[in-house]
Amino acid sequence: MKEICITVNNEKRYVSVEPNEVLLDVLREKLGVKSPKCGCERGDCGACTVLLDGNAVRSCLVLAIEVEGHSIITVEGISADKLSTLQEAFIQFNSFQCGYCAPGIILAVTELLEKHPHPTLEEIKESIAGNLCRCTGYTPIFDAIMALTKVDQHTTDAEKALSQDRNPALQ
Amino acid sequence: MKDYKFIGKDITRIDGLEKISGAAIYGDDIDFGASMLHAELVQSTQAHAIIKSIDISEALKVKDVYKIFTGKDFPYKFGLYMKDRYIFAQDKVRFVGEQVAAVVARTPGAAKRAAALVKVEYEPLPAVLDQMEAIAEGATLLHPDLENYPHVPWFFPKPGTNVAHWRKTRKGNLEEGFAKADFILEDTYTVPRYAHCAIETHVAVGKFDYSERLTVWSSSQSPHTQRHLFAEALGLTHKNVRVIAPHVGGGFGGKAGVTMEIIPAALATKLKGYAVKLRYSREQEFINTYQRLGVVAKIKMGVDKNGEITALDHKIYWDAGAYVEYGANVVNAVGLSAIGPYRIDNVSIDSVCIYTNLPPGGAYRGFGYSEMLFGLESHVTRMAKTMGMEEIEFRKKNAIMEGDTTAYGAKMNPNGLIECIEKATAAIDWGNKPVPSDPNKVVGQGFSLLWKAPAMPPNASSSAFLKFNEDASINLIISGMDIGQGYQTVMAQIAAEVLSIPPSKIRVETPDTDRNPYEWQTVASHITWSCGNAVKKAALDAKEQILTLINRVYNYPIDDLYLEDEAVKCITDNKFKLLLKDFVVDGIMTSDGTFKGGPINARGMFMPEFSSTNGDPETSQGGHPNVHYTVGAAALNLEIDKDTGKMRVLKAALAIDAGKALNPDLVRGQITGGLVQGLATVLFEDMRYDANGKLMNPNFTDYKIPTAMDIPDEIIPIIVEVPQPDGPYGARGVGEHTMLPAAPMIANAVEDALGIRIKSMPVTAEKVAMTYLDSNRQQKNHE
Repeated sequence: MKEICITVNNEKRYVSVEPNEVLLDVLREKLGVKSPKCGCERGDCGACTVLLDGNAVRSCLVLAIEVEGHSIITVEGISADKLSTLQEAFIQFNSFQCGYCAPGIILAVTELLEKHPHPTLEEIKESIAGNLCRCTGYTPIFDAIMALTKVDQHTTDAEKALSQDRNPALQ
Repeated sequence: MKDYKFIGKDITRIDGLEKISGAAIYGDDIDFGASMLHAELVQSTQAHAIIKSIDISEALKVKDVYKIFTGKDFPYKFGLYMKDRYIFAQDKVRFVGEQVAAVVARTPGAAKRAAALVKVEYEPLPAVLDQMEAIAEGATLLHPDLENYPHVPWFFPKPGTNVAHWRKTRKGNLEEGFAKADFILEDTYTVPRYAHCAIETHVAVGKFDYSERLTVWSSSQSPHTQRHLFAEALGLTHKNVRVIAPHVGGGFGGKAGVTMEIIPAALATKLKGYAVKLRYSREQEFINTYQRLGVVAKIKMGVDKNGEITALDHKIYWDAGAYVEYGANVVNAVGLSAIGPYRIDNVSIDSVCIYTNLPPGGAYRGFGYSEMLFGLESHVTRMAKTMGMEEIEFRKKNAIMEGDTTAYGAKMNPNGLIECIEKATAAIDWGNKPVPSDPNKVVGQGFSLLWKAPAMPPNASSSAFLKFNEDASINLIISGMDIGQGYQTVMAQIAAEVLSIPPSKIRVETPDTDRNPYEWQTVASHITWSCGNAVKKAALDAKEQILTLINRVYNYPIDDLYLEDEAVKCITDNKFKLLLKDFVVDGIMTSDGTFKGGPINARGMFMPEFSSTNGDPETSQGGHPNVHYTVGAAALNLEIDKDTGKMRVLKAALAIDAGKALNPDLVRGQITGGLVQGLATVLFEDMRYDANGKLMNPNFTDYKIPTAMDIPDEIIPIIVEVPQPDGPYGARGVGEHTMLPAAPMIANAVEDALGIRIKSMPVTAEKVAMTYLDSNRQQKNHE
């Protein structure tokens, strides 16, 4: 066991971990952060996606001990103050059904929109190609993102949502 | 048509906020603190073997291991429709992956390490891995005791064989039907097994407290059915068994009935005071939950020169796996309905449920109809070609209409089948193929009809409690499961419509069998219809209580009162308006300072009292086993690369008769999601077993489900509405149906494009390319 410090949703957390413990288990079992879900334990499904220093990673494939000193953002962090416009678009479009893949997809798309505020459909598809959704056929997810990023007023909102003051989590 | 305020509207999901914000609690998210123990299974490595001995001595030495249990600790049978399995294997194992023992430890890691150290000695028996071998003369018997297994009265097992159930349906005179035929086509179609692949694996936690009360937290479509089976198997009274079902991360039938949940439930009874959790790995999810059944279907169809189907002989042989306690009802359901949505006077159906040494078959979205329709709808297209009639015209000519008799003699319900056909074909411009994007590619068009009835016991029922809160918000307490289809939202819409309260003011929680009233299961696409009726009755009960109270206090005749905008109003006195929030809990103060009324608590219940399974065992004539059918039609444009066989769905349209789409956006969501799931079963999903019955690809790397990159370029969902007379606002279910037409539609499009007929699923790129190559070679040899 080694004590490490991780910034989780903008809060410094100290936790003792075994060298072989993966980030997903530490977040869920030791830090009480439950939105990253376990679906396959081998990086296939993307349900455990979190943002590591702003990059979407599969937390089941990351050793917790390697994250020492880094920043992790989960959906709890994104929702803390107010839902992002991306989340609001997902609600408006009934984008998810069972919702199990939703946290991972929200983070994957959050990363995409930070890098490409006006993504093409192909870019959207590629950004969530590693996140499996068995319910929706993905279409309502694309529709929400396209509507959010294509319409002018929504675009501004999206950028605002991802700006540092609105969401310091995404620094 | 009546103008509704909330019915038929695209209301956003009432569980959307929970799921999008990360607040939604799933089974694995619940904390149990230091009293939590973790179970890991020891699973059979053999497809069929006698258990000679189990040595747990090394495993017990692992640090943090608490106890180890084997079959001897739980000699209890269970099963939904037929009690043919034990909580743990007893003397025999019957499939690779079957649970033989469980290690219970303080940590998941310790449980896993110790499970690997349990030594099981097996004496292998011949394994039967194919249903046709299993019914051949001299086949090894999986269940020599079959005659002693309790089962529902509508099953007909054949002791001394591997046939667990044989549904026979006979109508008219088959021989005369074929004699009348000018064209007869006969062929065999095969469909392999499939996995549900919900992203959340099965998880359940059992806790038996010191007062001997069993609570099970379970990711389940069937909390009440689970409670019943736990109580029955473990010898407990129902009042002392409580099943709490948090959000389910995908069901698709896989979390219906009882599979692994009974293991932590049973373990808990011997671990008093602890909570014991079993969470399946992805591999376990593939090998030891229900799988979709495999099928060999032999179809013989006769048609006269006018294009009328004169006879159908449909024999379906199901690979139902080692235990069929649920799967046998899949076989039963299809055995009643294997005519498809056609009017056929002379019919013989044999639907045979066969034990094999593979994982148990069970409910999977579509409940056998996908498997049946692959053969039938492939055959119908070929039949039309054989007799020289355009396939859409052929289908229209034979389409089942309201009042026509089904194969078992009951009348067909009102339906919009013809409208579905017309709208689906129009949507893809049937008959006009788009130009391929590349000279080496060709485009084919494919079509398929679909139909399905809920498969349920005749007395499957739903119930609802509805209670008002002080601000006239409502807790709607029901026990169906929102597995993603939008059940909670639609039930809220029904109550909202009756009570004139916005759905956003109605909370629907996930079920808890202690507090929520009975619901059979969230399966069979029957919940909108069945529970919807119960909710409507509960809301009407509340409305009656409200109006009666107003009548008592203000003397307005009840018939003059109505609800609007969260208030009671009166048609004869437009000044009268009493807000619901002013009295639904606290009552109404009268002139002398006393109060009338009190909290409005309502209830509703629904059971289809016209349904029965009294059909003749030899013909199935006489009963009313199916409450109604939902029908639809689908068509697509498929582009195929002639060299690689790679296929791309350019455009797919699916029209379904929802009766009344209570929430059209949610119906469209089912169409899109279901169609993609169906297309995956035909285009790339493929379970591969080795010669010893071991699944070779139990993970998402090797068993491919669709990613965002693998979906059609365009999906056109089409809603048709021919009301279901006994449905809430005319609604009937659509959830499962949306994946039914995918497979035959692809096979038909491949033939249209390349002139090759593939009669076995999946229709992968590899299979298309190889079949095309072969057909070209054969053609050259002929030349």
